[in-house]
Amino acid sequence: MWHRCLLSGMAVWLAAATPASAFIAYVSNEKSNTVTVIDTESWTVTKTIKVGQRPRGIEFTRDGKFVFVAVGDDDSIQVIDVAKQEVVDTLPSGPDPELFALDTDGKVLYVANENDNTVTIIDVEKRARLGEIQVGVEPEGMALSPDGKILINTSETTNMAHFIDTTTRQIVANVLVDARPRFAEFKRDNSEVWISSEIGGTVSIIDPAKRAVTDKISFNIPGLRSEAIQPVGIGMTKDGKTAFVALGPANRIAVVDATSHKVTKYLLVGQRVWHMAFTPDEKYLMVTNGVSNDVSVIDVAAQKVIKTIQVGELPWGITIAHHDGH
Amino acid sequence: MIRWLVAAISLSIAATPVLAADPIEIGIGYLGRAGVKAKLSLVELPAENDGLAGARLATEDNNTTGKFLNQHFTLEEVRLKDNEDVAKSAAALAGRTGFIIADLPADDLLKAADALRDRGTLLLNAGAIDDRLREQDCRPNVIHVAPTRSMLADALAQYLVWKQWKRWLFVVGSHEPDKLYADALRRAATRFGAKIVQERTFEDTGGARRTDSGVTLIQRQMPVFTQQAPAYDVLVAADESEVFASYLPYRTWDPRPVAGSAGLVPTSWHAAQDQWGAIQIQNRFVKLNSRHMTALDMQAWTAARMIGEAASRTKSGDPKAVSEFLKGPDFSIAAFKGRRLTLRDWNLQLRQPILLVDGRMVVSVSPQEGFLHQVSELDTLGADRPETKCKLQ
Repeated sequence: MWHRCLLSGMAVWLAAATPASAFIAYVSNEKSNTVTVIDTESWTVTKTIKVGQRPRGIEFTRDGKFVFVAVGDDDSIQVIDVAKQEVVDTLPSGPDPELFALDTDGKVLYVANENDNTVTIIDVEKRARLGEIQVGVEPEGMALSPDGKILINTSETTNMAHFIDTTTRQIVANVLVDARPRFAEFKRDNSEVWISSEIGGTVSIIDPAKRAVTDKISFNIPGLRSEAIQPVGIGMTKDGKTAFVALGPANRIAVVDATSHKVTKYLLVGQRVWHMAFTPDEKYLMVTNGVSNDVSVIDVAAQKVIKTIQVGELPWGITIAHHDGH
Repeated sequence: MIRWLVAAISLSIAATPVLAADPIEIGIGYLGRAGVKAKLSLVELPAENDGLAGARLATEDNNTTGKFLNQHFTLEEVRLKDNEDVAKSAAALAGRTGFIIADLPADDLLKAADALRDRGTLLLNAGAIDDRLREQDCRPNVIHVAPTRSMLADALAQYLVWKQWKRWLFVVGSHEPDKLYADALRRAATRFGAKIVQERTFEDTGGARRTDSGVTLIQRQMPVFTQQAPAYDVLVAADESEVFASYLPYRTWDPRPVAGSAGLVPTSWHAAQDQWGAIQIQNRFVKLNSRHMTALDMQAWTAARMIGEAASRTKSGDPKAVSEFLKGPDFSIAAFKGRRLTLRDWNLQLRQPILLVDGRMVVSVSPQEGFLHQVSELDTLGADRPETKCKLQ
């Protein structure tokens, strides 16, 4: 009896001690129209939430209380209440939203609408459209500069990174990159923005001041045809020293020295790896594997895959926050 | 004073991109024969603007990109009537546009190519699938966007072999294109390890493709035509002329699937293709043209996009610069096929995956897994470098 008491007491104590490092990950499953919730303490799936059709881009709000998920075939962005773990609201996006970026204050949302060659600007609080910006054919990747002044949008068939001034909402520069640019990521110090080109097979590095490509990363994996190497998601550590690039059907994550732009290692993950997110303490990186229907967990310091977690069908996007919401 | 002037000039140079000078005009011609091809199925009757509609969408796409680069693309259509001389029309069109997308029969295409040889006009073959145009009859001023018969045949054969449907009952039509397709399929069978257990010819005795009591007759004819065959896994039909193949599914004597010109068909594109972002181009196409996108539409779209892509990379509308870029090592194009498409430098054929469709859905995409190649798996489809008969001068 006392034994059981002690055990349960210990469990309570353990549970109380854990929140400091416990995070939750939300994974969008493109095919099954669900979002999988993963507890990063136990690395287990704790909930599967039904959402709209074809969920892809997914992001926590700044306060961590909600998760936005773009449901492309429903032409909207749904809002998941993290406490309730269900969809509670919908934001009005343009047609076929895929990826989006939230400004620093969490008040304005910029959405890439693939079907319309536009970027839609949404007031999060008022749930209202503030405006639209005409961009190239098939807008996709979205990233805000660290100071929030410049929004990058990539267009997949135009093959450009558009630099948009967030104050005037005008395009101020267009930088040609390789074919089918899909994702954009800034270094925290605003010294570089990285653009992945899925069909081109490269990552272009742009100097945001010069607005020109200054370097290009290619990937070479012995035994793999270069056509199979299709860079998509990019993750960068806060110190700007290490980057991870998802290589799609090459089933690997490239580890890149973000200073020298040299690939240092390839990590074998699941099939058709798409996107990724760090745990807030940057100890782990979680990546979605589209075809194998799972998520790989990478130990960032050791640069090793330590775990695979089964999720829904065709996992695509991922976002991670603290359990208590920040 | 001079220093001030220099400063003013350099300032104006720096500012020009913002001042929006006149855009570079890039004209693309579309040259095809008038008239609609015969089809057995009403739902497959091509629209009058088949092909052209794809080029039109690509021109819109090119112009969306072009507005950021100060380039403007236009498309001009020329349709040849029965007796019109192709060389003359091509030359006239080449006087107005530096690029011509051609949807012409093989002999017409060669006449056009030879007539334009010294003008520097670039022809992009979007319509003709004849292997000889890329082999013994290849031309340095023609880039081939359409796949070849042998690429289509190889794509189908790889899948049938992967499926372990290796014993083929082979039925060939009596017209010239049917025989060419049959040659490509025979070669594919040998290459990938399928066996033609028997070959039959379906004689075209003439007659209408549509009659009021057609179905009753066909239902009696087709089982009889296919009976007493040796054991086989799949009936493969070569009927480019659209005389009989579409009558075969569900009517064979033995219950067997049909492939080739009916049933499971290899093609460069289909309205049901939705992988790799294709849903976006399908939506754009339907919005612009109020109909589904065909293989010819896609081939013309790709041709016009190749010009747009090269123009944006070279920042030029000059046919010579564009042509050089397209033929060079840095060219590749994204065309919703899951990987980049490049040109075979030995005969200027665009490498591309081939879809296998059943009329409503995409069943598979070749090259199939396991068919390996030292350069590109796409080169397992069609004539490869060591086999080529092409000599580009």
